[in-house]
Amino acid sequence: MEAAHSDVVIDVRGLNKHFGDNHAVRDLALTVRRGEIFGFLGPNGSGKTTSIRMLCGLLTPDSGEGTCLGYDILRETKEIKRHVGYMTQRFSFWEDLTLRENLNFIARMYGMTERRRHVDETLARLKLTERGNHLAGTLSGGWKQRLALAACLLHAPDLLLLDEPTAGVDPKARRDFWDELHALAAHGITVLVSTHYMDEAERCHKLGYILNGRLLAQGTASEVIASQALVTWAVEGEDLAALAATLRALPAVEQVASFGNVLHVTGPNRERLKAALAPMMDEPRRQWREVEPSLEDVFIHLMRDADLKEELTQ
Amino acid sequence: MSQWFSFSRWLGIVGKEFIQLKRDRLTFGMIVGIPVVQLILFGFAINSDPKHLPTAALIADRGEFSRSILAGLKNSSYFEYIGEAANEQESDRMLATGKAQFVVTIPADFSLRLVRGERPALLLEADATDPSATGNAIAAVNQLAQTVLAHDLTGPLAPLAGSAGAFEIRVHARYNPEAITQYNIVPGLMGVILTMTMVMMTGLAITRERERGTMENLLATPATVLEVMTGKIVPYVLIGLIQVTLVLTLARLLFGVPIHGSLTVLYLAVLVFIAANLTLGLTFSSLARNQLQAMQMTFFFFLPSMLLSGFMFPFRGMPNWAQDIGEALPLTHFLRVVRGVLLKGNGWPEVIPETWPIALFGLVVIAIGLRTFRSTLD
Repeated sequence: MEAAHSDVVIDVRGLNKHFGDNHAVRDLALTVRRGEIFGFLGPNGSGKTTSIRMLCGLLTPDSGEGTCLGYDILRETKEIKRHVGYMTQRFSFWEDLTLRENLNFIARMYGMTERRRHVDETLARLKLTERGNHLAGTLSGGWKQRLALAACLLHAPDLLLLDEPTAGVDPKARRDFWDELHALAAHGITVLVSTHYMDEAERCHKLGYILNGRLLAQGTASEVIASQALVTWAVEGEDLAALAATLRALPAVEQVASFGNVLHVTGPNRERLKAALAPMMDEPRRQWREVEPSLEDVFIHLMRDADLKEELTQ
Repeated sequence: MSQWFSFSRWLGIVGKEFIQLKRDRLTFGMIVGIPVVQLILFGFAINSDPKHLPTAALIADRGEFSRSILAGLKNSSYFEYIGEAANEQESDRMLATGKAQFVVTIPADFSLRLVRGERPALLLEADATDPSATGNAIAAVNQLAQTVLAHDLTGPLAPLAGSAGAFEIRVHARYNPEAITQYNIVPGLMGVILTMTMVMMTGLAITRERERGTMENLLATPATVLEVMTGKIVPYVLIGLIQVTLVLTLARLLFGVPIHGSLTVLYLAVLVFIAANLTLGLTFSSLARNQLQAMQMTFFFFLPSMLLSGFMFPFRGMPNWAQDIGEALPLTHFLRVVRGVLLKGNGWPEVIPETWPIALFGLVVIAIGLRTFRSTLD
């Protein structure tokens, strides 16, 4: 119970999970502090969902140890479930129940008293009151996600585990959702959220990048960016498509990404990149400037790196 | 290539369908399994002219004629002599429990009256709950009366043989004297309907949660597996009881099926039967990956239940191996219970021996089911 009063909400080490031959999560170590919004990033199938399920007691790790809200993740899963709000990747409420019925049911599952009041309050808080008697199945994506968040918050959890909560939700609903998350964090609720969106990653206090079951980078967005020491040049001007093809052939260039009228050229080595780009920089019809690498550049770099390492080991 | 029908496009659709069939192993198994099972069951197991029906005797006259008659019975392909009943209570009980399909009663003065040429009557009591099981045997018995004493009635007794036979066989079709098929089928349908709905509905109820992803949500709450599983099946117990009541009411009102036994006994046995079927549905749901598979498993169980339980065809018409499979199915025992209670007026002493196999089935299935439940959580 000691950790429950301290600042660390999630503290796990050496978590492993296998599904048959698939080593889904490898030696996961994670520390998340109270009131933090921790972004969990990584490509599909990298082990994000498995990690989240292990944290909330839905899956038992094959090995490893640690605590979640001060409770042992192996032995005290019941207590963890009681204090965690878990939002599944897929909408997983009962479409043939109304919003109110769904929330009332969840409230019962948590053994809550004064259910009616709690349900009313939660509906009001997420501006769902008007739709309380609609069937959940008739809601559009954004409203479904709001219902899911409402159900997660109903039992006043200390930790939210959100598995790609904003997939398929429009930008306005996403922004509202993130504002809500920040408001919750300000009240001391810890949030661990997995996402594919870079703008969402930037809204997190801390990030973790997981790939093939391995946590490859962890820290604030700028720490993660700095840790990979990438160099990025932005180029604007004419005929970028042809330029992109030329650039991709250069060994010093690792990534070429188009952002509308701008091309980002990224490489791991400052000197070699500069030397490789130098001939093209003299052309007057394009403008070059060095910019800070984006999170996306860093993540793609991490993916390539891992692929290379895998090729080398094989 | 026509605008209305492109052969290549059409081939594409056919090809895709085959690929998907190949991937769905269970469906593929069903495609092969169902015809094979049906063929074996219909081909080998089912016989609408059952022979070797267990027959007991109540003998009050130990004369030589009695011996000849018993010997004749033993030689006939329809009757299988299983032994002598000590008294009328025992012979009644043999019929009630289904141990004997027939009881032959030879009255005390049988030999004497036969010799006197009085054409005495021999009583053949039949358990006629299922008219199709006894019909042919009863038809054959009159033939038997004419030939069985051929060796005994020689010399001075020869005239007794006559054209009408030396004795008469009085057939007493017990429980269903008018041989009304509905009396047999309608109570049986209760079991069939319960098997179908109980197994399928629980199977679907739980795979539906898994298919829609709501199960994950449920298990992320403090709800325990026991709460979830039992909580989900209780409504179906209620539905089962409603179905039973509905069938009973209609059986009585529409078909005039008699209710000779105690409804309390019947309902208690129904509860055991429902429980056994629900556990099977639960186990199917933990094995099935989606609702379609749960449905297919239900049918795979339902088919032999219908055919081998004695619902559609006389149980005793089947070869031993098929009867052994039948004995393992809860429906077989439930049919005996429900027909016994309604038509024979059976009570606990006759019902319990048929109820514990149902309970045992449930226990075995839940033991298998619990092992798979654990693995589905992880």
